[in-house]
Amino acid sequence: MAKPRNSPSLLQHSLALRWTLPLLAALCALPWVAAALGDSFYVTLATRILVFALAATSLNLILGFGGMVSFGHAAFVGVGAYTVGILMQHGVSSAWLAWPLAMAVSALLALLIGAISLRTQGVYFIMITLAFAQMLYYLAVSLKAYGGDDGLSLPGRSTLGGGMELTDTTLYYLTLTLLVATIVFITRLLNARFGQALQAIRENEVRMAALGYAVLRYKLVAFTLAGALAGLAGALLANQGSFVSPSLMQWSQSGMLMVMVILGGVGHVLGGLVGAAAFLLMEEFLGHMTEHWQLGLGALLLLVVLVAPQGLMSLLKRRAA
Amino acid sequence: MGILLLEQALNGLQLGLMLFLLAAGLTLVFGIMDMVNLAHGSLYMVGAYLIATVSAVADSFWVGLGVGVLATALLGMLLEVSVLRRLYSRDHVTQVLGTFAILLMCNEGVRMVWGSQPISLNPPAALAGPVELLPGFYYPAFRLLIIGVGLATALVLYLLVTRTRMGMQVRAGASNRDMALAMGTNVQRLFTAVFGLGAALCALAGGMLGPLLAVQVGMGESILILAFVVIVIGGIGSIRGALVGALLVGLVDSGGRTLLPMLFEALFSPQVAADAAPAVASILIYVLMATVLAFKPRGLFPAHG
Amino acid sequence: MSTAPLLQVKDLVKRFGALAATDHAKLTVQPGQIHALIGPNGAGKTTLIHQISGALHPDAGHIVFDGHDVTHQPIHRRVHRGLARSYQITNVFLRLSVLDNLALALQAVDGSSLRFWKAAHAEAQRMERAAAVARRVGLAQRLDALAGALSHAEQRQLEVGLALASAPKLLLLDEPLAGMGPDESQRMVELLHSLRSETTLLLVEHDMDAVFQLADAISVLVFGKVIASGAPAAIREDAEVRRAYLGDEV
Repeated sequence: MAKPRNSPSLLQHSLALRWTLPLLAALCALPWVAAALGDSFYVTLATRILVFALAATSLNLILGFGGMVSFGHAAFVGVGAYTVGILMQHGVSSAWLAWPLAMAVSALLALLIGAISLRTQGVYFIMITLAFAQMLYYLAVSLKAYGGDDGLSLPGRSTLGGGMELTDTTLYYLTLTLLVATIVFITRLLNARFGQALQAIRENEVRMAALGYAVLRYKLVAFTLAGALAGLAGALLANQGSFVSPSLMQWSQSGMLMVMVILGGVGHVLGGLVGAAAFLLMEEFLGHMTEHWQLGLGALLLLVVLVAPQGLMSLLKRRAA
Repeated sequence: MGILLLEQALNGLQLGLMLFLLAAGLTLVFGIMDMVNLAHGSLYMVGAYLIATVSAVADSFWVGLGVGVLATALLGMLLEVSVLRRLYSRDHVTQVLGTFAILLMCNEGVRMVWGSQPISLNPPAALAGPVELLPGFYYPAFRLLIIGVGLATALVLYLLVTRTRMGMQVRAGASNRDMALAMGTNVQRLFTAVFGLGAALCALAGGMLGPLLAVQVGMGESILILAFVVIVIGGIGSIRGALVGALLVGLVDSGGRTLLPMLFEALFSPQVAADAAPAVASILIYVLMATVLAFKPRGLFPAHG
Repeated sequence: MSTAPLLQVKDLVKRFGALAATDHAKLTVQPGQIHALIGPNGAGKTTLIHQISGALHPDAGHIVFDGHDVTHQPIHRRVHRGLARSYQITNVFLRLSVLDNLALALQAVDGSSLRFWKAAHAEAQRMERAAAVARRVGLAQRLDALAGALSHAEQRQLEVGLALASAPKLLLLDEPLAGMGPDESQRMVELLHSLRSETTLLLVEHDMDAVFQLADAISVLVFGKVIASGAPAAIREDAEVRRAYLGDEV
């Protein structure tokens, strides 16, 4: 009889409901608090954070859990945003149609780019993903009909049908729901056979191949899934700002997403959320204090790298343990 | 037509040689210290700023160039000793984050000292005009200087790497770091020296390109990505690869930007040409990189055996 | 003696630049055998194992396993046909427990891993089988220990366990006794001997005592060529082998 395990495997993840449920409750209450304070700005900021949390979480799937350092992830976010924007230009504004389509287009591109890029290793993989992202960026810039370099202003938000309007508050709750659903889905995924295999590939790819796993297949599925989720984040982002622009796809944006993931905690299910929140809140509040806030951000990042290389989540876990 | 091709070839050569200056330092740091350095472009930027300022103060381009290059080399070495050295043993992801942090700090630091507006770097007055290379064909003298400086630097680097002791250690380190360490190379000094050299090359490129492009915050990022493409094509750790890769990228990029619009105009409608040509021209170098990697997954001249 | 060979390596060639690491190598392994592959350092033994397992592709020649030409098949296809390998330098999942290591190995050959919802650790049957494999290789007391915390010998046992988990027809073992002291070596030899009934073994080894204790057949690889192949007694006496490898010590 196999002994019951006394400590969880490195590859197993929990939602830490003790902490996450109160957090969720607080997030649900946020619009009420903001309304009471008479300032809707916090809802907008929080929505932005949640959207980037979704994007960062999708990157964490392949970067943190899969060990694939993709430097072109922002391109999938951009593609999702552009899909929504272009459809809206042509009269299709239903969220039920546009958002799944955005996910599908991003997923398809991720499948194609992944099929080519995942055959490379190490820095070559980083460079090839970067190259593909740049190609998509220049493609977006060349789309003069959809704003080109200046970007595209959307006439409004996606429609939900049934008389429901996508107000700031509605968008907030919708984003929150989608983020929660994504995190729950990813946690289950990681604990399932697929996620165990994916993480084990990160741990020791050579051995996984020798054990009989078709390694490329698992990486590609993860890459495609991450692309789809990034596309969803893009669709939400387009709605949040009513604006899409090629700058969403630049490699510096990919770098920013990577920073969020690494800052928050590579390989922790909440790492994307924590990282996005930390980064954007710093941008917001430091930005008020000084226009040179990026210096502080840089210094903080450097400190994190030297002191807490596993990101902020690992610091939190250490204190909780 | 012939003149156009010649002009494009010279432009491509010029861009390529400058990319080589950047790529050489980058490929050595990557090849020997196994470090992804996103702050490499920041050294280029800081170099350009320092050169511009000193040139203006001393009213001499050459003084500015000399002082700026030296100062940037020192700055690079200081950076290496204080911070970057701690990143060597870490994984690439951590290095990306750490050097990205330095990139942010450099950008902001420059903004704090010089402001957000671009500053100007003027070429030496003697070289401000065109030179008649062939009857009827004029080419800017300063660009010829850039080509000259690039070729001279390539030669000096070649001699340094193949004829000196330090160069031998560098090549050994690039091809097999652990073995080089075992053979008693003084690692710390070598790394610092390599880094300083890389920084000097960056500053030199910054001083050369400054008069042509704008000296502004963020100038490092756009050229950094080209430099990475160059070293991936050329093979990480190889100076020869950096030169070949840089020349290829320079020629393809310059040539593409001029020739593609003409080609498209001949094949498609002017509207399509105007929209599509710049986009395709921009992605040409990435297509080049993908093509090279498809046949030679580790670049043209990989240093690691 | 008309049973079809389980593994046939025919005229295999692998070059690295000007060096022929594998130079028209020929090898035949019969089912149920313990077949040892010996040779001086640099003979190309690991390169040959890499080609048989699929980690390297040969430049010429054929590898026929269980009647199928697997020369250019990817690794995972060969594993599913029943070919498994272990590594000379321990290559386990250091940050996972012994049980998790073996469970992963079992998962590879136990249906699809494209399952996204049900928790993998809830598969009690697979966990039980993992524990059984652990017992088989002598790690029953160390199920929850992290692989990185095991002693060297225990890690070598885990190495064998990982390869054994897929219930292979042919087990390729690359120096299973590497770095072991005399007691540990003896235990490993006993373990390998006990595997005879379950699987065929092709093992690369330097430990001559172990080789002559275990092997039914020995092949000698020198400079990428198999210069002799046959029963241990014959190999011991072979003049060319003595000259090339054993010297006058045996």
